[in-house]
Amino acid sequence: MANPMTAEADFQDSRYELDQPRQDTLRIRFFGDWRLREQLPTSEAVDRYLQSDETIRHIAFDSGELRSWDSGFLNFLVKLGKTAAARQIVLDNRNLPQGVERLLALAAAVPPKATYSDHAPASLLVRLGEAATRFGATAADMVGFLGEAVLALANLARGRARFQTSELLLVLQECGVEALPIVTLISILVGMILAFVGAMQLKMFGAEVYVANLVTLGMAREMAAMMTGIIMAGRTGAAFAAKLGTMQVNEEVDALQTLGIPPMEFLVLPRLLALVLMMPLLCIYANLMGVFGGLMVAAGMFDITAVQYITQAKVYIGLVDFQVGIFKSVIFGAVVALCGCYYGMRCGRSSAGVGLATTSAVVSAIVFIIVCDSLVTFVTTIVGI
Amino acid sequence: MDRFPAPAAQTTLSPTNPPTPAASAPAHLTVADLVMAYGSYVVQRDLNFSIGRGEIFIIMGDSGCGKSTLLRHMVGLKPPAAGSIYYDQESFWDAEPEARDRLLRRTGILYQSGALWSSMTLQENVALPLREYTPLPPRQIEEIVALKLALVGLAGFERFYPAEISGGMRKRAGLARAMALDPEILFFDEPSAGLDPISANHLDDLILELRAALGTTIVVVTHDLASIFAIADNSVFLDAERRSMIAQGNPRDLLEHCPEPKVRIFLSRGGDG
Repeated sequence: MANPMTAEADFQDSRYELDQPRQDTLRIRFFGDWRLREQLPTSEAVDRYLQSDETIRHIAFDSGELRSWDSGFLNFLVKLGKTAAARQIVLDNRNLPQGVERLLALAAAVPPKATYSDHAPASLLVRLGEAATRFGATAADMVGFLGEAVLALANLARGRARFQTSELLLVLQECGVEALPIVTLISILVGMILAFVGAMQLKMFGAEVYVANLVTLGMAREMAAMMTGIIMAGRTGAAFAAKLGTMQVNEEVDALQTLGIPPMEFLVLPRLLALVLMMPLLCIYANLMGVFGGLMVAAGMFDITAVQYITQAKVYIGLVDFQVGIFKSVIFGAVVALCGCYYGMRCGRSSAGVGLATTSAVVSAIVFIIVCDSLVTFVTTIVGI
Repeated sequence: MDRFPAPAAQTTLSPTNPPTPAASAPAHLTVADLVMAYGSYVVQRDLNFSIGRGEIFIIMGDSGCGKSTLLRHMVGLKPPAAGSIYYDQESFWDAEPEARDRLLRRTGILYQSGALWSSMTLQENVALPLREYTPLPPRQIEEIVALKLALVGLAGFERFYPAEISGGMRKRAGLARAMALDPEILFFDEPSAGLDPISANHLDDLILELRAALGTTIVVVTHDLASIFAIADNSVFLDAERRSMIAQGNPRDLLEHCPEPKVRIFLSRGGDG
């Protein structure tokens, strides 16, 4: 035995020792439990040994003292195999435990996939360009989706749209009656807030009674429609995205398509119709609740009687103010339904995609609601409505 | 060495008198007087069988008989209506939650669809149990993950997301995750469902290799006859009508000698063995 040098790498119970039974052969003797649940030695000591002695052409093993092993041991051998291959050193696997060689062969049976450049980190400029391209493609896709929805509505008008009435009724119930409690709560609170903030200012001029104008006008033209829209975006738009997204993941949408039933008519149209029909009703209801909330504050804190409040509101607020709000609510309903359905239908095939679709649906719907509200307010102001 | 030879296949036929858990040599997993139910609806009752160390055990039966439900009871996802499940001699459902977690760490499960976490790459999927339950440094974990993926033929796919690979590959990646901690017991729920014959055959080979190399006890829920005959040492047949097990033994022996015609018909794919 020439040059019986010994290297050790101790990590708890698992360790190995190196010696040279022949001039050109390095022998690795394994000891202890080579299991994943313990700290495992690395092959660095072997690497150093091989660097220090260029004459070694073979590596042999002795596993007589190896008590147990699992993937930790396999991993050591895989790394060692790579090192040996790089140095053109031959491994003599004869004394390895039974089964090791078969697993090593299994691991090497399928060559690694050569490229996965899709996931290589890109430069800032590339990412910026990709984001811009993606944005353009998404915008075009959204317009396409809107066009399809319009065509579906046209089919509906001609009596050719294919969807289940039961589905429409179910969605009507979900986004109508079932939304009443939350719409009630939010509208009353918004009415109260408007009344309180307004009345505090008006009180300085002794004009508290005008709080009725402020609340009723605010609710009728803006707040009822907008708050209902935002509530429905968070509640119903998210539900649409999650439902359609899950159907996409489960290939239910594909099943419709292959049956020749347009998902736009079967899935999107009932939801669009339901929200467009229900939103004005919810908006009217939110108006009533908001005005009632304002009345509670006015009567409770500022000695304005209910008759005074209602009379004041009736004198100064016209039907057109409510019509503007109701018109907005129809637009907001369409926005919420289209955003929810769009992101649901485009969510991809994974559960993570469903979560992302839901978030995107809510955020986009709220952004579009604000944008649309600004546009309508701007136009009505210019036109003088 | 902490490895176990595969036991000889049992040929017990027991439609009316199932074997006691201790009938065969060291039982790794024992199901005793198990009753499975959803509310008041009993799915299966009087389940009694044991699985030896290093054994490949098949749970088979007609559709809706409760095969997957039994698996869910065995892996701690659903508590039994009555009866017990023992890992070695330790009753799983009578154990404290910490002890249950410890027992479950000895198992790996391949779900029917792979059940990979879709927001994580394959690397992250397989690495998670290693990160949680081993003291290995990140670099070693990365190497082990690469090894596990290579074992299932997915070397180089570490950075792919589940949505970017095929169903068969997802299943194999699920197996790599199930094997991450080198479990003593591997459970497979319909492993060959959705796989082409060649992939299913590869999976069978891998199951046999794992048992041969590591002595892993393997429990498979399947009704794929090719797989059953290729890999099984022992099996149990659950009957949906009688809501109980009606046979236990090596499937080849059951095909030839089982007194229950239903079992022979099942194993001969509609004929009568």
